[in-house]
Amino acid sequence: MADTREPIESGCPDPWQYLHPVMRKNFGQWKYHEHPRPGVLRHVAYSGDEIWTVKAGTQRILDVFTLRKLCDIGDQFADGFVHFTLRSNIEFLVKDQTKVDPLIAALEGAGFVVGGTQNSVAMISHTQGWLHCDIPGTDASGVVKSMMDELIDEFRNANMPNRVHITTSCCQINCGGQGDIAINIQHTKPPKINHDLVANVCERPTVVARCPVAAIRPAMVNGKPSLEVDERKCICCGACYPPCPPMQINDAEHSKLAIWVGGNHSNARGKPTFQKLVAAGIPNNPPRWPEATAIVKRILKAYKEGARDWERVNEWIERIGWPRFFEEVELPFTKYHIDTWRGARASFNSSSYIRF
Amino acid sequence: MAIDKYSTPMLDQLETGPWPSFISGIKRLRDQHPDERINKMTNSLLGQLEHSYETRKGYWKGGTVSVLGYGGGIIPRFSEVGKAFPESKEFHTLRVQPPAGNHYSTAMLRQLADSWEKYGSGLITFHGQTGNIMFIGTDTANTQHFFDEINEYGWDLGGAGPCVRTAMSCVGAARCEMSCTNELKAHRMLVNNFVDDVHRPALPYKFKFKVSGCANDCQNAIERADFAVLGTWRDDMKVDQAEVKNYIADKGRQYYIDNVITRCPTQALSLNDDDTLNVNNRDCVRCMHCLNVMPKALHPGDDKGVTILIGGKRTLKIGDLMGTVLVPFKKLETEEDYESLVELAETIIDFWAENGLEHERCGEMIERIGLANFLDGIGVDPDPNMLSHPRQSSYIRLDGWDEAAENWFERQAEAGR
Repeated sequence: MADTREPIESGCPDPWQYLHPVMRKNFGQWKYHEHPRPGVLRHVAYSGDEIWTVKAGTQRILDVFTLRKLCDIGDQFADGFVHFTLRSNIEFLVKDQTKVDPLIAALEGAGFVVGGTQNSVAMISHTQGWLHCDIPGTDASGVVKSMMDELIDEFRNANMPNRVHITTSCCQINCGGQGDIAINIQHTKPPKINHDLVANVCERPTVVARCPVAAIRPAMVNGKPSLEVDERKCICCGACYPPCPPMQINDAEHSKLAIWVGGNHSNARGKPTFQKLVAAGIPNNPPRWPEATAIVKRILKAYKEGARDWERVNEWIERIGWPRFFEEVELPFTKYHIDTWRGARASFNSSSYIRF
Repeated sequence: MAIDKYSTPMLDQLETGPWPSFISGIKRLRDQHPDERINKMTNSLLGQLEHSYETRKGYWKGGTVSVLGYGGGIIPRFSEVGKAFPESKEFHTLRVQPPAGNHYSTAMLRQLADSWEKYGSGLITFHGQTGNIMFIGTDTANTQHFFDEINEYGWDLGGAGPCVRTAMSCVGAARCEMSCTNELKAHRMLVNNFVDDVHRPALPYKFKFKVSGCANDCQNAIERADFAVLGTWRDDMKVDQAEVKNYIADKGRQYYIDNVITRCPTQALSLNDDDTLNVNNRDCVRCMHCLNVMPKALHPGDDKGVTILIGGKRTLKIGDLMGTVLVPFKKLETEEDYESLVELAETIIDFWAENGLEHERCGEMIERIGLANFLDGIGVDPDPNMLSHPRQSSYIRLDGWDEAAENWFERQAEAGR
């Protein structure tokens, strides 16, 4: 072990060294901000100093050429300091207002998209998908690229009633998180089990314990220890697949996309909310997933036309009611929309509140 | 150089359209990078990805890869179709912790890019959903080499597996007037206290810290963090009445009533006849809406601190949970304040490590044992701020009521209330 190196357990680095000098000087002393145009923020400090932010959308999976191009633009047209948002947009910080327009021109000239601020459709927050995940039912980068191609004007122009956060997830674990609109994989068939492999690959008690509905039990199949699924109980969630890859849940035909709406992480005006199922059975259709995008666009159109200023998607629906939502977006309402999970009763309408 | 390029007709369709294309980026690495290793690796990656698009299946499997001295931080990926796509048959990701708040200099980004192209595929994401910089694609040997190089200049791995995970914090006090705490400090104090638990997975499951400077919760902390820290204040919000009047003059009184006054979730606002704003601060829940609408006119108060919520998580296994208020208000000013924040996190993680089942998040454990038992276990007194409303069911034994009531009055007296 003489030539091995001990790691330096430095943990999370101190960002102070990477902060723009104006941000360092005015740390905790910001007074207000303005939104002069989509993709641009102007923050003013109590000292009178100001910092300009120009936000750009990228492909998220950056190759080193693209990263260096962003750095070149950051050095030539900005002040060499950047910030990445939660949704993987890059923000360039500049002290001098006169740099803003040339910076925007340089970014757009290089193919990046300036926008994503305030009441825009923000960059879709997404996961790894087929590019790198071990359990994905679909791709993430491809779905997002396809959708952002069609939503680009809503990213560039901040003219929605409030901000719209869209997320995607490639399995039902939902790493993409909560969104105003979420496009997630929903499996519709139980796992297909390769019984020859289970005994060698899977820790069977762990897999049994992982099932949310206790549908998995140990069994001997063809003389080998394996697992079996009670398919009447199985909810096809895929929770058994990560600890036991021979229980293949992904299916080229039966792994579908579902669309959920109304997730909102902010506390503004109301407590945070989880997203609700509105559409399912949507084909998982690479490379462009047109069916899913079409439904997302219908929802966005109805929201843009129907919501009042500052209403997020969940607040808009809460005001107009679910019957009208389904009507306006032309989606079917089915028995599958009625929750069956723990706490379901709280989602039933126990009042005479009906809109006519 | 002549490499045999895989045909990618489906992926090619993702090069059309106005949004920047990740496929074009990967192809640049395949076609233009001077290092043949990268050309071949990305070519192979594109081949496998095209195969996934054709068959609608993923072909990566996990395994065990780490760097010397650590047990986690790497997402190992071995291809199930490595014979057909051999140059990317090992394609591991390194999860590297970003600086708190995701601030970078271009100089540092260049240095990271230079290191990464020496050892990896040349693909990087800022950032993954847990909050790490994702250096996507390298083999087992180069995982160690790349880590050794960047670890020397200040970068460390994040968490993967059942461990304390990489934390996240918003841009915060660095650039936001809504910021009610030093997010960067809270973030680093918390996660860097647990470096051992980040690097050596030995907990029931993952544990995430997220810090948002106000109730807008830009880090989705309530929904996604086991330990959520949200900035708030407890004195009166600041109102610049001249700016309120300017706003009304600009937008009109009706717009103001419809978008500020009536949108307050607790009806704590009213418009005076002279176009000034009246705030009932005792009813205000610090939701941030009116401050968002009028950032020039309204500001958080001076007596700032944080609210701490415990137990947020996503779907697996019992369904989605939001965090639950554990500490309604905590000052974060002195070093002692920050130390007690870290001590609270230690107490919770210790209790959960003892009592959580395998693969059970902290919030799921609380659901299983009950919030009251959890509070008892970590030594925190119950507080009505923890609930939306008191219990509705009479099915409870109340033998200990008198003692609990007495205890409440004693605590109230101690607090000077």
